[in-house]
Amino acid sequence: MNALVDFYAKHSRLVDQIGVNAIMALSLSVSLRAGQLALAQAAFMGIAAYLSAILSLNAHWPLLASIALAMLVSALVAALLAYPVRRLRGVFLAIATIGFGEIVRVFANNFSITGGAEGLSGIPNDATTPVIYVGLALVAVALFALSRTKFALAVSLVREDEHAARSVGVDVGAIRTLSLALGGAIAGLGGALYAHSNFFLTPADFGFGRMEQILVACVIGGVTNAAGAVLGAGLITLLPEITRAVQAATGANVDFFRELVTGVVLLGVILFAPAGISGLWRKRA
Amino acid sequence: MIAQQLLNGLFLGAVYALFAVGYTLVFGVLDILNLAHAAIFTAAAFAAFSLASMGVPIPLALLAAAVMAGIMGILLDRVAFAPLRARNAGTLVPLISSIGVAIVIGAVLRGIYGVDERHFAIGGAAAAPVIHLGTVRFTTVELLIFLSAIALMLVLGWILRATALGRSIRAVAEDRVAAALLGVDLERTIGATFFIASSLGGAAGVLTGLEYNSATIDMGGPIELKGLAVIILGGMGSVTGAVAGGFILGAVETLAIAFGLSAWRDAILFGVMFLLLVARPTGLFGKRTLRAA
Amino acid sequence: MAQTRVNAGLDVADVSVSYGGVAALRGVTMRIGPGSIVGLIGPNGAGKTTLINAVSGVVRPGTGTISLGPLRLDRLPQHLVARAGVARTYQNIRLFGGLSVADNVRAGAYRLRSPLSDEGVKELLARVAVHEFDVSRPAASLPYGEQRRIEIARALAGTPSVMLLDEPAAGMNPRESHELRSVIRGIAQRGTGVLLVEHDMSLVSAVCDHVVVLNFGETIASGTPAQVARDPAVVEAYLGTSA
Repeated sequence: MNALVDFYAKHSRLVDQIGVNAIMALSLSVSLRAGQLALAQAAFMGIAAYLSAILSLNAHWPLLASIALAMLVSALVAALLAYPVRRLRGVFLAIATIGFGEIVRVFANNFSITGGAEGLSGIPNDATTPVIYVGLALVAVALFALSRTKFALAVSLVREDEHAARSVGVDVGAIRTLSLALGGAIAGLGGALYAHSNFFLTPADFGFGRMEQILVACVIGGVTNAAGAVLGAGLITLLPEITRAVQAATGANVDFFRELVTGVVLLGVILFAPAGISGLWRKRA
Repeated sequence: MIAQQLLNGLFLGAVYALFAVGYTLVFGVLDILNLAHAAIFTAAAFAAFSLASMGVPIPLALLAAAVMAGIMGILLDRVAFAPLRARNAGTLVPLISSIGVAIVIGAVLRGIYGVDERHFAIGGAAAAPVIHLGTVRFTTVELLIFLSAIALMLVLGWILRATALGRSIRAVAEDRVAAALLGVDLERTIGATFFIASSLGGAAGVLTGLEYNSATIDMGGPIELKGLAVIILGGMGSVTGAVAGGFILGAVETLAIAFGLSAWRDAILFGVMFLLLVARPTGLFGKRTLRAA
Repeated sequence: MAQTRVNAGLDVADVSVSYGGVAALRGVTMRIGPGSIVGLIGPNGAGKTTLINAVSGVVRPGTGTISLGPLRLDRLPQHLVARAGVARTYQNIRLFGGLSVADNVRAGAYRLRSPLSDEGVKELLARVAVHEFDVSRPAASLPYGEQRRIEIARALAGTPSVMLLDEPAAGMNPRESHELRSVIRGIAQRGTGVLLVEHDMSLVSAVCDHVVVLNFGETIASGTPAQVARDPAVVEAYLGTSA
């Protein structure tokens, strides 16, 4: 027990990061489970982070209120985004949502309220570790509860075969919009918690690099459940740190080692993972 | 003034087109997005830099780097995509594994070159002798970069139209199953496609390095996403489309800068792409959206 | 949307469908009464699948109406047509491959208020003569003939008023297609109207009360199987004029 407390004291930032990354991985998993490669999670995260930071900094909103509004706005933006992309599938949807993310990044870069390229600083860091992990737990519980509903069944049908789903009465468009909105809401939570657990926010924090990170965490961990998301998030957060520690311990002075190991591990998991991860993805066009 | 901007757009667009063609070739043949393309682009730029600093003349360095990039492309396929093809893993998983390879390539480059910017001895396109042609001006190096890009794309066009390999590639892109039934060697064709796509992407990297007289670890970032916009504009899987899209986006970006909207140019670029995707997912020249499973 | 079965039969009235200037269906009229089995035959490209697509809401007719009793179907999106009680199978089987056999069948009951029990799943599978002991196997892992019948079971799970079968016997061996006869008769006996698109003439003759023949999108003959088989227009359509 003492060891854990010790670990936490030295690495609380990492623990927080894992929590936020896990929430983000869960947010993406919702879309992926519906068969939608919607890569706008980083953008939703950014919108929520900025909104909740601005509310705290400029309007002195309490933490929970700013989180709530950030989640709501993210969900709304996601639902609105669902409309123009409703006919897009696969890679096309991916690229459209990446493009959306870039547009959001440019907007954040160009407005003074978001602090431009320098971003915001001095955000009250009241999203402590318990807050973050309570948030993660709530998301996990909510998703678990949802998995027992007709909505979850409809989501799996849409993923497997949209045409057949329609033929049994599933409103595919509505399911896609709802899953995008749900993912947006969860990403909103992640973004708001991120803002309140970091001192700075810059537009670059929420670009394609972040999106790739979330995607990797989600797929490595397995899109099926919360434990997988935490696993994936833990892996991508801790791996660089572990290799850095190994570097320090062995005295290897190469900075690239950390990145190399990350890439190799990612490849290893992808190439040798059980059919489960890829099995989920075998779907008809 | 407009003519000058259009010319700038043309020059910029040529390199975009060259890079984007690599994306579209791989997508056409495999229906996947190769997110290691930009890493190979960067690796080739560094390779050319290394060769140039050892005294190799630039054209030779360009060629060598492009060939190296092509080989990297073949290896990329062997390591990251072929095993997944064998077990029918769909299109998301290869995307992730291409990210893995991109990370590895980035790490190796960082290990060899560190994080510093590298420069080519010749001093970049802007410092070269200027040519005036009517109302427009450009430098010799800019012209050479442009002509190189065009030449490479013409070679590609010739390969696709007039060689057996080109026919195989087009057949596989059209219908993989039918092509296999007709006796096309799938793995060899896919390998060749990766070689061509990556060598063109690598060439684009070298040309970009020469243009700005710099090779940096993150030079692939901007073009990686813009390349996506190009192929969306031009139509996924269409080489002509990628070329057209490259020029169009080059023009859009330069005009945006010319009209004082430089800070917004990426948003404009992706906004145009987004609108096009929504209105016409097949793009300007694309014939299909996604291949049926 | 009505959850109970509307048992007034399906009426297709003067329906035309064109794709980019090419008329796939021209003024087709037919009725599928409750409990009846109507066969739809014709050479390839005659418009048979287009008609199924029109009825199920995949394509919208340019002219004409499709109604299930008082309910107009032709303006509804696909999923609402399904919820109204029109079920279908596909020419190239469209199962939810990654899901289990049981989940596939349960999916068919999506429109109903209460989900299907395990017994219900087993009973439906029995009705389509699928004697699979392990219903948790992924549907895609089953042999072809069984997959076809699971697709039918899925369509039945929603207690449809109308069932559209698109070449269910395709790829089946003679024993399986013979078994299919009692399956289809069983469906009709429970009051569901069946539209059977088929190339297998012995199956059509054996189960259909009424047959409609399409060629180039138009009805060229209709009547009992025996009448239609003798109709010179039908013979010509399939075989070409005799010299």
